[in-house]
Amino acid sequence: MSDLLNTVYLLLGIPLVAAVVLVALPWHRVSSILNALASLATLLVAVSLLGHRPEVSSFVFIDDLNISLVVLTCLVAFTTAWFSASYIAHEVEIGRLTPTSLRFYHAMYQFLTFSMVLALCANNIGVMWVAIEAATLTTVVMVSIYRTREAIEASWKYFILGSVGIALALFGTILIYLAGQSVIGPGIEALAWTELHVRAAKFDPNILNLAFVFLLVGYGTKVGLAPLHAWLPDAHAEGPTPISAVLSGLLLNVALYAVLRFKMILAGNAGALAPGPLMLTMGLSSLLLASVMLYRRRDIKRFFAYSSIEHMGIITFAFGVGGPLANFAGLLHMALHSLTKSAIFYSVGHIAQAKGTQKISDISGLTTSHPMLGWGFVLGVAAIAGLPPMGLFMSEFLVVTSAMARQPWLAVPVVVGLLMAFGALVWRLQQVAFGEPRGESAKISASLLPLYLHLALVLVAGLWLPGPLVAWFQNVARLLGS
Amino acid sequence: MLYGLDFDIAHTLGTSVLLLSFALLYQRRLTGVLEAFALQAVFVAAAAAWQAWSQDAPHLYITAGIALGFKAIAIPLALGHIVRKLGIHRTVETVVGVNLTLLAGVALVALSILLVFPVTFASGNVARENLTLALSVVLLGLLMMITRRNAVTQVIGFMSLENGLVLAAVGVKGMPLVVEGSVAFSVLVAFIIFGMFFFRIRERFDTLDLQYLETFRGDRQVDRP
Repeated sequence: MSDLLNTVYLLLGIPLVAAVVLVALPWHRVSSILNALASLATLLVAVSLLGHRPEVSSFVFIDDLNISLVVLTCLVAFTTAWFSASYIAHEVEIGRLTPTSLRFYHAMYQFLTFSMVLALCANNIGVMWVAIEAATLTTVVMVSIYRTREAIEASWKYFILGSVGIALALFGTILIYLAGQSVIGPGIEALAWTELHVRAAKFDPNILNLAFVFLLVGYGTKVGLAPLHAWLPDAHAEGPTPISAVLSGLLLNVALYAVLRFKMILAGNAGALAPGPLMLTMGLSSLLLASVMLYRRRDIKRFFAYSSIEHMGIITFAFGVGGPLANFAGLLHMALHSLTKSAIFYSVGHIAQAKGTQKISDISGLTTSHPMLGWGFVLGVAAIAGLPPMGLFMSEFLVVTSAMARQPWLAVPVVVGLLMAFGALVWRLQQVAFGEPRGESAKISASLLPLYLHLALVLVAGLWLPGPLVAWFQNVARLLGS
Repeated sequence: MLYGLDFDIAHTLGTSVLLLSFALLYQRRLTGVLEAFALQAVFVAAAAAWQAWSQDAPHLYITAGIALGFKAIAIPLALGHIVRKLGIHRTVETVVGVNLTLLAGVALVALSILLVFPVTFASGNVARENLTLALSVVLLGLLMMITRRNAVTQVIGFMSLENGLVLAAVGVKGMPLVVEGSVAFSVLVAFIIFGMFFFRIRERFDTLDLQYLETFRGDRQVDRP
């Protein structure tokens, strides 16, 4: 009975019911408002979890690690739904989207929220796998929504690479079950996080090692780690911008969360290999590759997609370094990158609408032609480049110093990668934001509140982190192990 | 180690699945690919049913039923219908030559034996063999997806990869229904999505050959309106 009253079921139920309602509603204005309201309700339930933590059941659980990501996911899902309302209105006006496809779009948006929250709360590696697969398939469909030639190819590529990744992850999941069932016994318990985590010490380390390699490559594809990142820039560039924001801000985090969970199981087993070096290698190669690739991008959304690969590389690197400080930095960077990158996509979405193009060379002088939007964009790029006093400066600084402390020679390529990315960002920023306005320039009625709200949060995080939050981050960082 | 009849039958069925993965690699005609895939699904269903009987796990009969009804009958029929309806030509373009592909396949099987065999001593004969065979089938499915350009063959490659996953899941003792259900679920959803892609691709380009789609790649589409 107490299982039915679990708050998590409410958290999962709202988006699911909203998806069903939205698919039936033909009016897109009403739908976009309802979409935002449903996301707000989900956010409120998620925040209530902070105060009252429901008991662990065999399917869902809330612990210190996933609760922050649940709140973050619901927050960004809400602000993106808000941004989406004004973005979508413009797309309908210019005829890029039809009312029918919008019905579908809004229902899919809620279903995506549902599957991401399920993946985060699931106390079962099988259920989590299903949820991540569902989230992938939902975004594949959403990326193809414009039905252009480019959009179809982008989602095809995303689909093929995503399915391969997800298939390898399932093989790893089966291997984890194989390791678990010899200790826990056959049945559903051998798939539960809570059981696996406690009993990890007795598992066969060889099977765990093999499983982790499959899981890292499988879920790593979804995180967008090099060399499995090929789908990510296309999917970001060709889909609707709200989806780019959710992909970068949330879905990549969810996949990384899965990797972290399995890392915790390996950390609990003395005989298993240290996952650190694998994660270091993948993180570092993503960072370096993306920071070089940034210079050659001509499409503004593709440009920021590569920036996401770069930042996921930094985060994976931080967790690979391990230890309380680096884990702390990784967690902080995860949250702040998610807020900042979605804010940037909000501004980029409106910029592309105002200028009628995504080509960087056709966009210039935004701070003159659209001051509020332009300066919001400038602040967002300054934050993502890691300039103080924004929060990302602090987390990147912590990543570098903790790498210095543990493996000094590894700090050098990280700094090189960060500086190269910084150069690319500043170069493109000057071109887009300053100088003489060129080309067409439509007035747009954009709601910039989500953009500035995110930037304010990132700024506050850079200046002052509340004590309880720091204590909590430190606790989770300890749980993640070295 | 005990090699009883249980093991022999599981071994035969598992190996047949792997053999059909090789058969999939060298089919040149689209209908041949579909037939080989259907036969592979039949063997997967038989392997699942055998495990259901020998492990005394009745829920695996459901997995077997899904594999037989859905993958061995419904999907090949539907895809065959699509192929006929679209009238796409019956030869399969391969990127790498068949001989080279088969050699790569043998190498992948060797790789999966080297990976899985040494680490699964404690897991029982059937699980051990099935995992090795399953990993081989998964890798051969990947190989097929890489070497084929045609959208239909890529779909088949993906589903044969999922066959490998089913084989792995049924071989491990007591694997709960969650995973098998999810495999079936994913194939179902995948098929719906594929169907949509087919019609959209058809709608736009009058072909299912992905080579024509690849004019656009990376940033080359600078002139896009």
